[in-house]
Amino acid sequence: MADVVLETRGLTMRFGGVTAVDNVSFKLRRKELRCLIGPNGAGKTTFFRCLTGILKPTSGEVFIDDVETTGWDPQFVARMGVGIKTQVPSVMDGLSVRENIWLSAYRLTGTKEADRTAAEVIERLGLGEIARATVGRLAHGERQRVELGIVMAARPWLVLLDEPAAGMTGEEVERMVAIIHEINRDAALIIVEHDMQFIRSIAAQITVFSQGAVLMEDNVEAVMSDSRVRDVYLGKRG
Amino acid sequence: METTKLRDAAWVVLAGVILMFVAPLVLNFYTLTLLVIYGLLALSLGLIWGFGGILCFGQAAFYGLGAYAYAVSAANIGESTAPMLIAIAVPFVFAFLLGAMMFYGRLTDVYMGVITLVVTLIFFRFMNTTAGPEYQIGTARLGGYNGMPGYQTLNVPGDPSAYIYDSSLYYVSFVILLIVYVLVRLLLASPFGRIAVAIRENENRVELMGYDARFRKSVLFAIGGGIAGLAGALYASWAEIVTPGLFSLGQSAEIIIWCIVGGLGTLVGPVLGAAVLGYLKFALGQQTAVDNVLIMGLILVVVVLVLPRGVVPSLMTAFGSSSRRNRPNAVRRGRRGRGRADG
Repeated sequence: MADVVLETRGLTMRFGGVTAVDNVSFKLRRKELRCLIGPNGAGKTTFFRCLTGILKPTSGEVFIDDVETTGWDPQFVARMGVGIKTQVPSVMDGLSVRENIWLSAYRLTGTKEADRTAAEVIERLGLGEIARATVGRLAHGERQRVELGIVMAARPWLVLLDEPAAGMTGEEVERMVAIIHEINRDAALIIVEHDMQFIRSIAAQITVFSQGAVLMEDNVEAVMSDSRVRDVYLGKRG
Repeated sequence: METTKLRDAAWVVLAGVILMFVAPLVLNFYTLTLLVIYGLLALSLGLIWGFGGILCFGQAAFYGLGAYAYAVSAANIGESTAPMLIAIAVPFVFAFLLGAMMFYGRLTDVYMGVITLVVTLIFFRFMNTTAGPEYQIGTARLGGYNGMPGYQTLNVPGDPSAYIYDSSLYYVSFVILLIVYVLVRLLLASPFGRIAVAIRENENRVELMGYDARFRKSVLFAIGGGIAGLAGALYASWAEIVTPGLFSLGQSAEIIIWCIVGGLGTLVGPVLGAAVLGYLKFALGQQTAVDNVLIMGLILVVVVLVLPRGVVPSLMTAFGSSSRRNRPNAVRRGRRGRGRADG
């Protein structure tokens, strides 16, 4: 596997006259943990969607593990071994927690191994008590965790998470941080987030987006103390 | 969880076998056979709509196609075994191609409904215009609006003179229905079936997991088409004539009503819905005091208002059965909508 597992070159996405992502060149190394931050409308999620294939970029290229995946459908991106969690929890509401996770494991491993993987993931995420519950009836935070379970069960080497901590309570966020560090042992991660508390606690490399372009890339402390970042983003909080 | 479902299925089959022997005490074989065929047809839509989330307004197209495929091949071959298989294969392939076109084209609910409906209408129109002698396949003339009579009906495999009709056709049809029911249950318990249900629940998520949802939906749609074709072939054998009326709008609508009234997300529901409503239509057709269509419409409206999930799922809940997971689309959407508002 290459050292750079994900790269974009001049990635641009336009919606009509609006340029949501403007000529972004980005690199992610193996087992790196990277956060994408930026104010609303900075283009984080659009950039994320171009990586996952949910959106087809207007121009530019995406490489995953040195394979050009620009414009691929999400199912083919996923088959590269990429785990994807979208902004709104995307789970199978009518199925049980276990089944949600089992189906994800099944694609790669077959029935027996999927049984084992599902049990293991349920254990790791502390979903044992609700494993038989129908996902549609669970609370928001639990559904987020189920979706993470779906992502983990496929044993990805690259994980893309769009706002994993959104709408979670403090305790749930703590648990999420632990899970993310655990995933990071085997996989590189890109996390789109604007909860600064959360980003501080996972202490990652940060890429700051502003108006569709990359404003800066550095570690948490450097980003937090940067005046430009304060202006576009943190400045709003006073 | 799936094992309980399969155990339930054994009970359903047992009840079905009892019903198979009890029903002839009440009704004649001729009517019963048609009700069984309707049940099989409803099962085909119950599978793809209730479990695959694919609302097809044109299930009658596959039904009619199966009937015509049977009639044409039986008239040419003179023995019914191969035509029965052809009657399953032709709609299967056709449904696969039609499904692939729709799913790979990313058509959503409404457009899918329009396309399947239009395809049915095209068949209806086309078959109506095939009265001329140029519309001949082998020795079989399609016969236009007059339909196609005079083909070999169902016989004991290998012996064209041993016709299966009346009571034996009833029992054969019923056994076929039970076999198809068991096969569909097994299909739904298999990973393919679970993924099909997962696609119904959240197609995007299934694709993000790396499955090819479009191909899987096409296959499921084709299986539904094949079952409808089998029902069509049995119908052709029962009626001894196939007419373009098989492709009519009324026929298409009726299948959907059977499923809604019987209950989506179950297999027994659509079958019972078809049998009961089919019988009701037959019984109402014998009197002139009230308009048949009016009563049918009334039943649909009442069921949708009072039992929006359909009769069988409501009964299952009432008796505390476990099958809440496979609820119909409409209700699920409503619930999900509320959930989002809460969050």
